[in-house]
Amino acid sequence: MAKTLTQEFTKGLWEEIAPFRLVLGLCPVLGVTTTVENGIGMGLATTFVLVFSNILVASLRNIIPAKVRIACFIIIIATFVVVTELLMQAFTYPLFLKLGVFIPLIVVNCIVLGRAEAFAYKNNITLSIADGLGIGIGFTLSLAALGALRELFGANNLTIWTTPTSVFGVQQVFGANFEPFTFMVQAPGAFVCLGLMLCVMNLMGSK
Amino acid sequence: MGYMEIIIGGIFVNNILLAQFLGNCPFLGTSKKMETAVGMAMAVVFVLVLAGVITWLIYAFFLVPYKLVYMRTIAFILVIASLVQFVEMFLKKSIPALYAGLGIFLPLITTNCAVFGACILNVDKELNFMKTLVQSTAYAVGFGLALILFAGVRERIILARVPKPLQDTSIGLVVAGILSLTFYAFKGMI
Repeated sequence: MAKTLTQEFTKGLWEEIAPFRLVLGLCPVLGVTTTVENGIGMGLATTFVLVFSNILVASLRNIIPAKVRIACFIIIIATFVVVTELLMQAFTYPLFLKLGVFIPLIVVNCIVLGRAEAFAYKNNITLSIADGLGIGIGFTLSLAALGALRELFGANNLTIWTTPTSVFGVQQVFGANFEPFTFMVQAPGAFVCLGLMLCVMNLMGSK
Repeated sequence: MGYMEIIIGGIFVNNILLAQFLGNCPFLGTSKKMETAVGMAMAVVFVLVLAGVITWLIYAFFLVPYKLVYMRTIAFILVIASLVQFVEMFLKKSIPALYAGLGIFLPLITTNCAVFGACILNVDKELNFMKTLVQSTAYAVGFGLALILFAGVRERIILARVPKPLQDTSIGLVVAGILSLTFYAFKGMI
């Protein structure tokens, strides 16, 4: 192994930050990022599935026959998605309702399957955990960034986390007179925002 | 909800690609050429309708009576994965012409969120059998329509002079946004 643990972890945060560099797993990126909170929630749920499926795939990598590996990966991932679904129903029910269909859709998120195939199947458990965490946090950050951009201009708010009793975040960032740019929180805004963010990433990367 | 509403809603207003954001990976991945877009669209229409109906049957006659609803994610993905395999083998044997056309796009559908998402949406909305059939067809046609329209635009973009950092996927997303905006105009229809 040429790469160290830290390198495996940090590559997911910038070098291989999944939605921007690889343009994978775009459905949740576009679908749930109307607020920062949704983005973070979705990102954490995906990170959970990613880390645990990586652990299981890495520990079973010598047992799973190469020919049926994709089917095995999908079953492993689906199991953890069901676990996530049940956990979220129990502890963060309002968020679960907001994310809706996108939680079961983690099963078909290309990032999770991609990491199982490209990384966890070939590396040991510790490295796979680092990889899963890195990619997962990178994914969470990109969702939160896109969510922040859209919520800031589209609704004039920034909501980091909501509990039944209080809201963490800033309301009316630009003051009460700011007319929210509703386009941003609607469907077309998601595509345009992501496209422009990708453009900024390309600009920064090409230096 | 009448059938007409379901059809128009599924194709235009709640377009699965542009309004619900399902199936975006193939949307961006296969839309660079018209040929691949048409292939993908056909494969999705074919599988989505079949998968929608079959997962509905499994949900209504197996998962609900045995109180296994929480297992639907696993059940659905297994059904879709095996259905895709089965369809592939069936087409290879009996309709080789269609198989050659759909070719590489069939296996990709297993991890297509549009198919899986549509199945989940159908059972979430508690539609009956006929409505599921109509809804799945409408979603599938909407997917095909959006994909083919988008591919048409993207083929033209190649000829345009796009600034370097905006090239490829980046401009593709912006175009998708504008396309999605045009689909917004259908909102008033329902």
